[in-house]
Amino acid sequence: MSDNRAVKEALGKQGAYGEDIDIDLYETGSRDVDQIDDLESSEYRKYMENVGVVADEINRSGTLMFIDNGMSHCHAQEQEGLEMMSVREALEKHDGLKDYFWTAVDPTKDKYTATSYLDDADGYFIRVKAGHHVKNPVQTCMLINQNKSAQKLHNIIIVEDGASLEMITGCSTAHHAGDSIHVGVSEIFVGDNANLTFSMIHSWGKQTGVRPRTVCNVGKNSNYTNNYVILNPVGSLQSFPVANLGEGSSATYNTMCIAHEGSEIDTGGLVNLNGKGARSEIMSRSISMGGKMCARGRLVANAPQVKAHLECRSIILKDGGSTLAVPELEAHVADVEMTHEAAVGKIARDQIEYLMSRGLDEDQAISMIVRGFLSGSINGLPPALQKELDEAIEQANLGD
Amino acid sequence: MTEMLKIVDLHAEAGEREILKGVNLTVKEGETAVLFGPNGSGKSTLLATIMGYSTCKVTQGEILFKGQDITEMTVDERAKLGIGMMMQRPPNIFGVRLGDLIKATSENGEAILGEAPNFKMQNFLDREINVGFSGGEIKRSELLQLTAQKPEFILLDEPESGVDLENIDLIGNKVRDLLYDQRKGCGGNIQRHVSSLVITHTGQILDYIGADCAYVMKEGRIRCSGRPMDLLKEIKENGYGECGACQIIEL
Repeated sequence: MSDNRAVKEALGKQGAYGEDIDIDLYETGSRDVDQIDDLESSEYRKYMENVGVVADEINRSGTLMFIDNGMSHCHAQEQEGLEMMSVREALEKHDGLKDYFWTAVDPTKDKYTATSYLDDADGYFIRVKAGHHVKNPVQTCMLINQNKSAQKLHNIIIVEDGASLEMITGCSTAHHAGDSIHVGVSEIFVGDNANLTFSMIHSWGKQTGVRPRTVCNVGKNSNYTNNYVILNPVGSLQSFPVANLGEGSSATYNTMCIAHEGSEIDTGGLVNLNGKGARSEIMSRSISMGGKMCARGRLVANAPQVKAHLECRSIILKDGGSTLAVPELEAHVADVEMTHEAAVGKIARDQIEYLMSRGLDEDQAISMIVRGFLSGSINGLPPALQKELDEAIEQANLGD
Repeated sequence: MTEMLKIVDLHAEAGEREILKGVNLTVKEGETAVLFGPNGSGKSTLLATIMGYSTCKVTQGEILFKGQDITEMTVDERAKLGIGMMMQRPPNIFGVRLGDLIKATSENGEAILGEAPNFKMQNFLDREINVGFSGGEIKRSELLQLTAQKPEFILLDEPESGVDLENIDLIGNKVRDLLYDQRKGCGGNIQRHVSSLVITHTGQILDYIGADCAYVMKEGRIRCSGRPMDLLKEIKENGYGECGACQIIEL
């Protein structure tokens, strides 16, 4: 546990990236929230479904929902080895989660981690016990339902040795609650010979400030995939998840963003390749439609036989915004193979006309290329996410 | 036979240089016309200008298709009127799967995908269009796309170039299928309704598609026309150096 005084001091510490948000302008969200039994008849259904969380829970191993700062739904299908509850409950049940609770994320990192710590923020706790493979994805939904409020969450995910889990997490704001902030701390632990695919779809309001803080510690010979999708307008979003990889493990980050007019998006991630033979691939695809877009990627090799690649590609569809690609490679040993590529520009005219020569009109051709640019060239997207992504791209009105 | 394509005094620029310097050419309905000419004579530019690619800018003259002036039309308007093109070096379309484009452009939707094995393309439908394709794979992909599209007039830019001997038969036969209507006409003859303009250097493709007439292009103009085999023989024997001087058949 951290020294409270140091954390209090950290309340004044700006984030390393992204514009500074004055958290004090927002009232901490309520923990006393509606309890929802039936998601299908819930008034929040449309918000959930916009971000890939299916209300009928078919083909999902479980669903956990937070509205503002309190849990409103938690339901797991019959599934051996899967545990789902709020972090608050888990702390009681599992002796304070002492190997996990605030061990991956440092609460003094910045004001956002500090405020979650000091408010003793609740969140979801999902654990897969050793050797268990959860068949269908577990879905979580984080909804902000109170305007001018700060949603503060602290989530913990544990995938033990030899276990596997796929998660789809959707975050959204209700229409009337767009002027709000989301601060989500997520501590993720992946054991040895384990797999975790963590896919996040965000859909916020035009004024919403979003500051997720995620760290994932990965053991040996495990795979961690982090998919991040934001296609709708947002106020200011800054996210820089960190993965720490053990021997023979791999981390893949796929990021897909559209920066609309008035949106400021700063995304990317850091992978520390700490074990021998660790591998990583950071792939970012972004589109500026008049917004400010920054795609970061940082790979740090601390062990031999590390192999890593970073790719940032951006298309600018509309003037008025800006695009910045920041690929960084850092190596502390000789025997490593690290590469990066970055490309920023418009869609090549010859590609558009090639599709037009097959009978598609210009808008159809552009939308097909953009759709392919965002999702098609990234391999290994979970099928459930691919479908949600296609629908989200459809709704993003790229033709406008 | 009615005129399918009529090009009148066509001047066009590519990269701010005048490449086409007054082209006149006619292709009738059901006719296959061959375009010969040395490298850099403007053949590919002519095809790209007919398709309407923005790399080529028309400065004078007109292009008529089925009697309609298409000179100012967009690429997709031309495609919808029935013009299709097999490009020699099509661009890579990152992220777009070949099967998705074919489904989107075919009248029959998914049914056309069943044709893929006949083009040896069944393993390419989930691949990004042209990305990492070999020369032969590009040709087969282009032909499958055109088969989905069913154009009435096809521009073929060196359909046999870069294709190995094993694939040449497949490609030749598929081009033939595109041009010939499989329904039997009177007397049991196969009818040809689709017209085409074909660029070839070797004439290999002509073994499959029996051309009706040929043009020789040099320095941005059509220098002569004649029977395809006569012209090919002349070019093989004397090269293009004599072009303009020999005048096998006056235009």
